[in-house]
Amino acid sequence: MRKKFRTIVGAGLIAASTIMASTIQNVASAADTIKVGILHSLSGTMAISETTLKDTMLMLVEEQNKKGGLLGKKLEAVVVDPASNWPLFAEKSRELISSKKVDVVFGCWTSVSRKSVLPVFKELNSILFYPVQYEGEESERNVFYTGAAPNQQAIPAVDYLMDEGVKRWVLAGTDYVYPRTTNKILETYLKSKGVAPSDIMINYTPFGHSDWQTIVTNVKKFGSAGKKTAVVSTINGDANVPFYKELGNQGIKADDIPVIAFSVGEEELAGIDTKPLVGHLAAWNYFMSVEDPANEAFIKKWKAFTKNPKRVSNDPMEAHVIGFNMWLKAATIAGTTKPDAVIDSIIGVSVPNLTGGYSTMMPNHHITKPVLIGEVQEDGQFEIVSSTPGLVPGDAWSDHLPDSKMLISDWRSPMSCGNFNTSTGKCGGKGK
Amino acid sequence: MKRCRLYKSLFIGLLLSCFINTHLLADTLNDTINSLAKGGFKERAKVIGLMSRLNDDRILNSLEALSAGKLYFRKNNKQVIILKKEDNKYYAKDPVTKSNLGVVQKKQFKKIRVNNRLRRQIKLTLSSLKLRASSPKDRILAATNILKTIDKSALKAIQSQLLIEKNKSVRKAMIAARASVILFNNSSNAKQIQSINILMKYGGREARSVLTRFLSSANPRVKKITENAIKTIDVSLQRWTFIQNVWYGLSLGSVLLLAAIGLAITFGVMGVINMAHGEMVMIGAYTTFVVQDLIKANFSHLFEYSLAFSIPLAFIVSGLVGIAIERGVIRYLYGRPLETLLATWGISLVLQQTVRSLFGPTNQEVSSPEFMSGAFQVGQMTITYNRLYIIFFAVFILLILLILIKKSSFGLQMRAVTQNRLMARSMGIRSDWVDALTFGLGSGIAGIAGVALSQIENVSPNLGQAYIIDSFMVVVFGGVGNLWGTLVGAMTLGVANKFLEPFAGAVLAKIMVLIFIILFIQKRPRGMFALKGRAIE
Repeated sequence: MRKKFRTIVGAGLIAASTIMASTIQNVASAADTIKVGILHSLSGTMAISETTLKDTMLMLVEEQNKKGGLLGKKLEAVVVDPASNWPLFAEKSRELISSKKVDVVFGCWTSVSRKSVLPVFKELNSILFYPVQYEGEESERNVFYTGAAPNQQAIPAVDYLMDEGVKRWVLAGTDYVYPRTTNKILETYLKSKGVAPSDIMINYTPFGHSDWQTIVTNVKKFGSAGKKTAVVSTINGDANVPFYKELGNQGIKADDIPVIAFSVGEEELAGIDTKPLVGHLAAWNYFMSVEDPANEAFIKKWKAFTKNPKRVSNDPMEAHVIGFNMWLKAATIAGTTKPDAVIDSIIGVSVPNLTGGYSTMMPNHHITKPVLIGEVQEDGQFEIVSSTPGLVPGDAWSDHLPDSKMLISDWRSPMSCGNFNTSTGKCGGKGK
Repeated sequence: MKRCRLYKSLFIGLLLSCFINTHLLADTLNDTINSLAKGGFKERAKVIGLMSRLNDDRILNSLEALSAGKLYFRKNNKQVIILKKEDNKYYAKDPVTKSNLGVVQKKQFKKIRVNNRLRRQIKLTLSSLKLRASSPKDRILAATNILKTIDKSALKAIQSQLLIEKNKSVRKAMIAARASVILFNNSSNAKQIQSINILMKYGGREARSVLTRFLSSANPRVKKITENAIKTIDVSLQRWTFIQNVWYGLSLGSVLLLAAIGLAITFGVMGVINMAHGEMVMIGAYTTFVVQDLIKANFSHLFEYSLAFSIPLAFIVSGLVGIAIERGVIRYLYGRPLETLLATWGISLVLQQTVRSLFGPTNQEVSSPEFMSGAFQVGQMTITYNRLYIIFFAVFILLILLILIKKSSFGLQMRAVTQNRLMARSMGIRSDWVDALTFGLGSGIAGIAGVALSQIENVSPNLGQAYIIDSFMVVVFGGVGNLWGTLVGAMTLGVANKFLEPFAGAVLAKIMVLIFIILFIQKRPRGMFALKGRAIE
């Protein structure tokens, strides 16, 4: 009896001391945290999209800390606001890396903001995770592209519509680099598939274009040439709401002329009455409606974190989830969060995505993703009507542009090159 | 003898089948509908094909529900039903008999998915059934659908319907639909030419589309006739395009007018370079959102009138914000345009971020009431209701404002203060109050514009920025201080933009308009309708 008592006391003491030790360790690590930089606009025009990503990152960091942090240390999120101002992106990233001493940065949305921070990341040798679908034609040592490259979104989308019998194409976009490059790729791709130039109509509009009457009428006119017509939309941001409103009002139904969009997700639809839009399409690598336990758990957490039961999730959020988990895993493998070590260890790392599979970091710093095509539903969600059977690896340099089809990217040594020219056998640059 | 017995049994069988025919069919119909729950899109397409061959009007109900995404099946026994949501409760309905099956739990059911291909197939199947619909509008829609898709299987249905159809415009659509089918039905040349002529007379994009499709399969003689027919249609379409451009121009002009009208007062009459003008428009739009939200939550039956409540409220809210800005900042800066410009620009940023913090950065959904959604057809031109109402509304606001300025005593004081402040003050007018009220009026009008713009634009904190440059352009072009100038300026810019857009593209059209204004201002610095005399100084 007495012996038993002693053992119980002994066990209790040991337990108490371990708890004490762990709390002491916690206190110690609180002073010495791993800092995660978040570089998303919280004001200005892009705040509409980027604020959500900041919240996603805060949630992921908080969650990871509950699990015990990384390498025995707590993570600390450092948020800055580049205010949708491209030069300010460069300044703020310098501030994050040099004075806030972050080990990694998650951020940017527009391509121009990414281009503006690139020199800073190269000079200070840090890591950027970029979560948005973009035009490709880039592969940098310090950047990891967790969004879709054109071959992971645009090309499969067009393939799907070709299967549906579409013969005539309207490529409509906002006038800047992403739509222009994507449409260039799509145009050569369509022509290579035997589409006549007269069956392709390309149309650009300024940012925030709000009067779509003429363009929608032209689309209608273009669609009445006796061949099945579809609109491939790279229209960005604010211009989408009036565009879809005009489509709905002029009665363009998805079964006459479907519109497939690359920049319209659940968040964008939240501001529109989707009843007239049922059946219009979007191509992404993730939809909120994906039926998968991992996704359902994520959505539940997200709604609880934002304290908003109506909050939606979208594709760039999933990209951040994947990127964040990849970074955690790579740092664990490397045993450190030093950028050089992480850059070396992250290639080949696989983490579960939210659509029921695994995404892997490729040597070209792009990832593998499934491609999903969804149709807009009355409740503002997408119903998945097609998905690629396997994962599609992101291709940094498009095979459909004459300037880039001979370029490959591989950041493993000994090549360690983002734009290796296979026709000249040299690293660096386009041309023959 | 044997033969006779055979006939007898056959006859009895026939008779019997007549009796049980309806019953039997209902069963196969139920079975077919229930089989919609199985398999993927391909199997579903086959089932819809089977259903269309049943030639039964009762499939209409279930197919319409399927197309609208209201057809569900019970997870345990795969029974197919129609689910309807009313006041957060789900009601089940039998797809064949339409009888109510009572309130059900949505969890037990799964939606039967459709995609665009199925939706198209359903539309086709329904159109030959809908030729018999009771409303002439539905019948025309069904006929144009057959015309568009050249649905050969619908030929019989059209012909039998044509025998009894009385409505003239429905007949016209049906005859055109029949012609399109005959054209593609390997008919004789004479019949083909007759069909081409019918389609040519019918005109419009759909007929043109059918004819261009026919071109590739036509023989040389018919081909020439077809080409001529297409040309004839094109000529009439071109005429409509012209009218359409004018209409779109007026519509764009009315939006510009709405956005600029408030500025015509604050900048035009008072001379304040108000960079926060766009944010007044935005505040008006957000007021609409809040009003709609409150109405949705508390008085959902009043929703159709939500805009009627929003207009005065937006005027008051934006007007009060305007007065606060005038009293708080602008009044210290009169006569210093550069400082006013910077200060108001700062205010605009503050207002944007305030709204962003209060409502979040994402777009807010402002719904259109029923009477403002949709469109109607005038010849070959589609006129959307929201644009139509906005044109009327803009002109109405302008007239109210004109009357206020020209006929009311407040308008008189306002003009007196802006023309000669000292003289006005010596006449006993409290000039600083008039300033505040005038600025409030301009801001309030901007708020009202926000209500209208919420119907066509997205309601986000960036809404105002999109209109600030256009507004200044209109006011300067039309002539500072002249409301009629604002009207003419807005309409001119709108129409010019819309005529340039089709061939220059939206981006270039905007640039060309800007260059035109720069050149125009060089020639006439005071705009189209310049004020004359001492008032301008």
